[in-house]
Amino acid sequence: MNTLEQAAAGTTARRRPRRRGAFFRGRLLHIWTWLVITWLFLPIAVMILFGFNDTRGRYNQTWQGFTLRWYAELFAIDDLTVALVNSLLIALLTMLIAGVLGTLIGLALGRYRFRGSGLMKLVMFAAISCAEIIMGASLLSMFVTLAVPLGFWTTVIAHVMFSVSFVAVTVRARVMVVDRSLEEAARDLGASGWETFRLVTFPMIFPGVLAGSLLAFALSIDDFVITNFVSGGTVTFPLWIYGATRVGIPPQVNVMGTLIFGVGVLIAVLNAFGGRRR
Amino acid sequence: MTEIQVGRAAAGPAAVGRPPDRPEVPAIELEGVVKDFVSRGEVVRAVKGVSFSIAEGEFFSLLGPSGCGKTTTMRMIAGFEEPTSGRIRLHGVDVTDVPPNRRDVNMVFQSYALFPHMNVWENVAFGLKRKKVPEPEIRRRVGEMLEIVGLTGREKSRPRELSGGQQQRVALARALVNRPRALLLDEPLGALDLKLRQQMQLELKRIQREVGITFVYVTHDQSEALTMSDRIAVMNDGAVEQLADPREIYERPATAFVASFIGTSNLLSGQISAISGDVATVRLGDRGRVLLNGGGHRLGESVQITVRPEKIRILPGEPEGDVSAVPGVVSEVVYLGTYNSYAVTLDGGAEVTVFEQNAHDSTGTAERGDSVWLSWQPHHSYAIGSASSR
Repeated sequence: MNTLEQAAAGTTARRRPRRRGAFFRGRLLHIWTWLVITWLFLPIAVMILFGFNDTRGRYNQTWQGFTLRWYAELFAIDDLTVALVNSLLIALLTMLIAGVLGTLIGLALGRYRFRGSGLMKLVMFAAISCAEIIMGASLLSMFVTLAVPLGFWTTVIAHVMFSVSFVAVTVRARVMVVDRSLEEAARDLGASGWETFRLVTFPMIFPGVLAGSLLAFALSIDDFVITNFVSGGTVTFPLWIYGATRVGIPPQVNVMGTLIFGVGVLIAVLNAFGGRRR
Repeated sequence: MTEIQVGRAAAGPAAVGRPPDRPEVPAIELEGVVKDFVSRGEVVRAVKGVSFSIAEGEFFSLLGPSGCGKTTTMRMIAGFEEPTSGRIRLHGVDVTDVPPNRRDVNMVFQSYALFPHMNVWENVAFGLKRKKVPEPEIRRRVGEMLEIVGLTGREKSRPRELSGGQQQRVALARALVNRPRALLLDEPLGALDLKLRQQMQLELKRIQREVGITFVYVTHDQSEALTMSDRIAVMNDGAVEQLADPREIYERPATAFVASFIGTSNLLSGQISAISGDVATVRLGDRGRVLLNGGGHRLGESVQITVRPEKIRILPGEPEGDVSAVPGVVSEVVYLGTYNSYAVTLDGGAEVTVFEQNAHDSTGTAERGDSVWLSWQPHHSYAIGSASSR
């Protein structure tokens, strides 16, 4: 800051009517913000930290020194590795299927009024607000009634079912703000219906599709309640951890958690930068 | 400045409305076009049987207040709305059921509707690429078009990096590069400030002359329509009130609506009290008289007369001769720079607006509270809603 700016800043500060506590209030907001951030971040920090803990016993609860051993032996526990692969596969499939279905639903709800569109919206929000325990129990009784063998695919079906609404709602919000005359302009310039979608509509709603799909992935990979009901013999990452709590959670879990979190942060950062560029 | 030829040869093979050139066939024809919208179970008739034809190369305006059906009419020409009944023809070919991507017209949208994820070049080339025009020709035509609208050098810019006026030019270029049979413009200058708007009006007129394409221009701004158009259709409540050239619309409004919508207009009503030869006289109060040209009037007939504010002169005493003469009191004087505006209250209570050019000196001819006489020539009185005016 040069002297001129300092002088100008000084003038405005002096001119501004003195309000008691204004300074303190500004500082208070600052402190409060950092308190909230700490509150949100502390558990994650502990998880990351204990991935580096040189623990000897079964319990990973007291700090015993720094090591990178658990990163080297990440896949040493076969059951845990299988569970992680299951979870990643299920989450990817859920992201793809719920992404496509949710985008179509979001487009329809955002663009058109049709017979049943009101009911559709209601069902979407009901699925979002429904308690997981109820959804899990009713999905289980449905699969049992229909005599569908429980396992990998019932888990995928259940995950798609509860995450598709999130994609649809996100895409719909995006569709609503896209200027409709953009599509008309494309038609006017000779584009067919499919070309209009491919060249104009989809690029315009892509941020919503991406956000919704990532949300579906995130919801799927850490779901426990519903998965516990419908997964049958298939063990996912959260189910394995839940089972391990009784005998002690190995540090590999912390490492995997850290890696998943890291990928999430990376995507969020990329999205923030991409969004600014767009 | 590049002259672009009005070549049609390179048009898309699928375009409808592009028969061999026949100048006698109108570019656009509407025949009894009706459009109903259903809103909450109720049928609303937005366009109530509109018929007109637009000649090749004409600058044609649809003028009217918001909600008058002008935009709906244009959207039906573009193909975005389907008429409830009636036919639309482009160069004699019925296109009523043809989708917009197969009609040989292009539109400039009110919001410009530029594709935000494409740069200027990609926006302008969009239509030619859809028509599978060969790449070298696309490069040549897009380059030419950007030169015409003065945007050479901005090819790589995204629409949001451009000013409003520049975006407007991109929208224009994107439509014109396809060499459509007609260009439809939906209030294209609405978002620009006054100075830029006036500049773009002249620019549009120049471009239209240069490319020789039929322009159909939707606007609610009467001065814009008067400035640019060859002919204007004034619309109100879903119907065309008058279709004529700007001078005719201004000087001889067909209805009270047209008279009041276009410019400022004074509306006086009275009964015909005398007819001598070609001039009819309408008594106005005890002392006033309004003279009116044109036969076909009957004694005792009720008429409404419009007279434009700039045709009226303010005099200190009663004028002699065959002119209209109406007494009144000046109730307001407003200085408007190039002219003064007077509000004069007549004996009967009616208020008349008079414009006087600021040509001679800074003080006007009359002050507030002055008793004055208003006077104008018989041919400046124009009777509306009567037999002689239709």
